[in-house]
Amino acid sequence: MVAHLITLKLLLLRNGLRRSVGQLIGLIIAALYGLGVLLLAVVGLIALRLADVAVAGPIVVLGGSALLAGWTLAPILVSGVDLTLDPSRFALFPIPLSRLVVGQSVAALIGVPGVCTTVALAASTVTWSRSPGTFAVAVVGAILALGLCVSASRLVASAVTDLASSRRFREASRMAMMVPLVLLGPIIALAVRGMETNPDALRGLAAVLAWTPLGAAFSAPASFADGHAPEALAQLAIAAASLWLAVWGWAHALGRALVAPSGRAAPSARSGRRGLGLFGVMPASPAGAIAARSLTYWVRDPRYGTALIIVPLVPIILYFSSLQRHQSDVFLLSGPFAAFLLAWSLASDISYDSTAFSLHLSAGVRGRDDRWGRALALLTFALPLALVVALVPFAISGRWSLLPAYLGLVVGVLMSGIGLASVVSARFTVTVPLPGESPFKRPAGNTAQTFVVQFVGLIVLGVLVLPEIVLVAFASTTGSAGYGWAGLGVGAVLGGALFWLGIRLGGVWLDRRGPEVYAALVRAG
Amino acid sequence: MTLPSYPVAPASGYPTDSALSLRGLVKSFGGKTAVNGISLEVPTGSFFGLVGPNGAGKTTTLSMATGLLRPDDGTAVVLGVDVWKDPLAAKRLTGVLPDGVRLFDRLSGEQLITYAGLLHGLDRQTVAGRARDLLEAFDLTADARSLVVDYSAGMTKKIALAAALVHAPRLLVLDEPFESVDPVSAANIRGILADYVRSGGTVIVSSHVMDLVQRMCDHVAVVAQGRILASGTVDEVRAGSTLEDRFVELVGGHGPTEGLSWLHT
Repeated sequence: MVAHLITLKLLLLRNGLRRSVGQLIGLIIAALYGLGVLLLAVVGLIALRLADVAVAGPIVVLGGSALLAGWTLAPILVSGVDLTLDPSRFALFPIPLSRLVVGQSVAALIGVPGVCTTVALAASTVTWSRSPGTFAVAVVGAILALGLCVSASRLVASAVTDLASSRRFREASRMAMMVPLVLLGPIIALAVRGMETNPDALRGLAAVLAWTPLGAAFSAPASFADGHAPEALAQLAIAAASLWLAVWGWAHALGRALVAPSGRAAPSARSGRRGLGLFGVMPASPAGAIAARSLTYWVRDPRYGTALIIVPLVPIILYFSSLQRHQSDVFLLSGPFAAFLLAWSLASDISYDSTAFSLHLSAGVRGRDDRWGRALALLTFALPLALVVALVPFAISGRWSLLPAYLGLVVGVLMSGIGLASVVSARFTVTVPLPGESPFKRPAGNTAQTFVVQFVGLIVLGVLVLPEIVLVAFASTTGSAGYGWAGLGVGAVLGGALFWLGIRLGGVWLDRRGPEVYAALVRAG
Repeated sequence: MTLPSYPVAPASGYPTDSALSLRGLVKSFGGKTAVNGISLEVPTGSFFGLVGPNGAGKTTTLSMATGLLRPDDGTAVVLGVDVWKDPLAAKRLTGVLPDGVRLFDRLSGEQLITYAGLLHGLDRQTVAGRARDLLEAFDLTADARSLVVDYSAGMTKKIALAAALVHAPRLLVLDEPFESVDPVSAANIRGILADYVRSGGTVIVSSHVMDLVQRMCDHVAVVAQGRILASGTVDEVRAGSTLEDRFVELVGGHGPTEGLSWLHT
C-alpha cells in the first residue's frame, strides 16, 4: 500500500511534468530555492557542532519550531496543500485506514519541502554528535519532528478543506478564519521586533518553546548534552505525545473524509430568494447582465469572498509593517495596495467562470460587452472601498496634505489595473479552484503560467502607473500641494484612459480568441 | 408552450433545405485526430440524431458546429451563415446545450434563463415573459428561485435547455440531452423538442441511446473514430433491422459476455 501510494505520487508528478513545460520550470525553481535554503541550513547545523550547547541549543530550538510552525500553517497560508492524493479520492477503494495514513505520510515527503526537511533534520543530528547518548536522543528527536511536520500539516489541511467544503458553514467560518490568519504576519513581525532589541528574550522564547509541541523534539538533545537526562526524556515524551495526537486527529479526519467525500456538500434547504435580484436593477443589456451576474458571484461564490475579506485588513497589515520598518509612508500605501488587489482579481475572473463561460461564447457576446460588464461590476464596489481604505491611514496619521497625491495613485492603480487585467484575462487563463471547490484547494495544473501572469502583470502595472508614483514621490519630498493635485488629475485622466483602452483591447482579443480561451478552460476542468 | 417560429429566409449559395451543413471538418488534439473529415447535411425541420460510441468525436463535431471549438479545417454553415466567418450571426440562430459543461450555478433558475436572454440582447419584457413560459414548460416554476447548484441532474439539464431556447433559435444543437435525466424529465424534454420541430425548428441531438434516437428522430448519422459511417433518414440507415443492431454492426463491437466467465457464479 505504501509503495503503491508512493508510485502513484511519483507517476502523477511525472505525468504532470510531461503535460506541461511550465510545471517542470516551476518544480526546478522550487528545487533551486529549496536547495539554496537547505545548503545554508546544513552548513549552519554542521558548524553548530563546534558551538557551545548554550548557543546551539536555542538556535536549533527556534529554527526547528519555525520549521514545524511552517509545516503546520502552510496548508492555510499557501492556499491549500498539494492535494494530488486527496483522501476522498480513495473513498471507493477498500483500503484500511492505518495503511492509508502511513502511505500518505510517506508520500507527503516526496516533493521539494519534504526532501529538504528530511535532509535538514538529518543534518541536525550532526550538531548533536557530541556523545553517543546525545546523538541517539537527537536521532529520535529528528524522527519525531519529521513525523510531526507531516502529520500536523495534514491534520490542518484536512481540517481546513473539511471546514471549507460544507456549503453553509464555509461562508461564515472562512470569514472568521481569514482574519487572524492574515494578521498573523504582522503579529509575528511585531514579536520579532521585540526580540531584536533584546537577545535575551530570544533565549527566553527558546526555553518556553522547548516545553511545547513545537520545540520539544528539538530541545531534547540540548537538554541531554547539558546533562539533564530526565528533562530530555520528558521533552521526547511531549514530542511523542503530540505526534500521537496529531496522527490520531488526522486519521479521524481522514476516516470522515472517506465516508463523506469533501466538496460534495448536501444541498441546502430551499430558500426563498427575491426574484431576479440584481438582474432587475442593472441595465437590460449584455454588459449590464454580465455586471449583474459578476456582482451576484462576488456575493455568493466563496472563491471571490476570500479575496474580498483581505482588502479591509490591508491597512492593519501595513500599519504593523510601517511600525517595524520605522517608515510611516508604507502605511499610506494601504489604498493603492487595496486598489491593486481589487483590480487584479479581474485577471482570474474568466478562469473562475470555468466552462460556464461557454454560455457567453455560444450566446455570441461581444468581447467588449464581456469586458465592460465584469469591469463595471468590480468598479461599483471597488472604487468606494479602495477610497475608504485609502483614507484610513490619513485619518490616523493626520498627514492630509499628501492625500490628493495618494488618491491619484489609488484611482490610477484601480483603473489602470482593471484595464490591464481586462487585457490579460482575455488572453491567459490562470489556475484557480474550480466552481464549488474549496477556495483553499490548490488545483494541479499550470501554476507556472499563473505565476508568470501575476508577476509580469505586476511589473507592467508598475510601468503604467509610473506617472502617479513619481508625483507621489515629488509630493512627499517637496511637500508641495501642487504635485499632489497634479497626481490626482493624472490618476483620474490616465487611469480612465488606460481603463477604456484595456477594455477595448481586451474585447478585441476576446472576440478573436474566444474559442481558444474556452479550450484552455475546458483543459483546466 | 408555443415557441416563436420564423419563416425560413433562403440564403444564397447554400442548399436552402439545410439547417446545418458541415463540410470536411477536421480537428486534432496534440497529434490525436478526434474528427477526421466529417461532412453532414441536417435538413431544415428535421429531428436529427448523431449517434456513436464514446470518444467517436460527437462532442468535438458539435462544438465546431456551434462556434465553441475552432476547426483545423472545414466549414460549418448554419442556415446559410458561416459559423466561423460570421460567428455572431450564426450564434443568434443557434441554441446550444453543450455536454459536461458547467453552468453559472450560483444563479437561481430564473436568473440563469434571464441571464442567457439578456446576453442574447433581448429586452427585459421579452426575457421576463419567455423565462416564465420556459419555467412553466419545463415544470420548474416551483424551483425557479432555488440556486441551480442545488438542482438535481435532471433539473440541471432542463434549466440548461431552457437557457438555450430563450432567444428562440431556429437550430438547436443538443449534446447528450438525456444523459442522467430521469424518465419523467426525459419525456418532458422530448415533448418540448417534438413541439419545436413541428413549429418549423430543427434539432440535432447526440446520444448513444439507440432506442431513443430511433423513436424520436427522423434522420440519423452514425459516427465512429471521427468519421461518418452512415447518414440519412432513420429508415434508410437502419435498413430493416433495428438501429441498435445496425449501429453495432457498423461500429463493429463484439459480443457482450466474452471472457467474463468467472463472473458467472
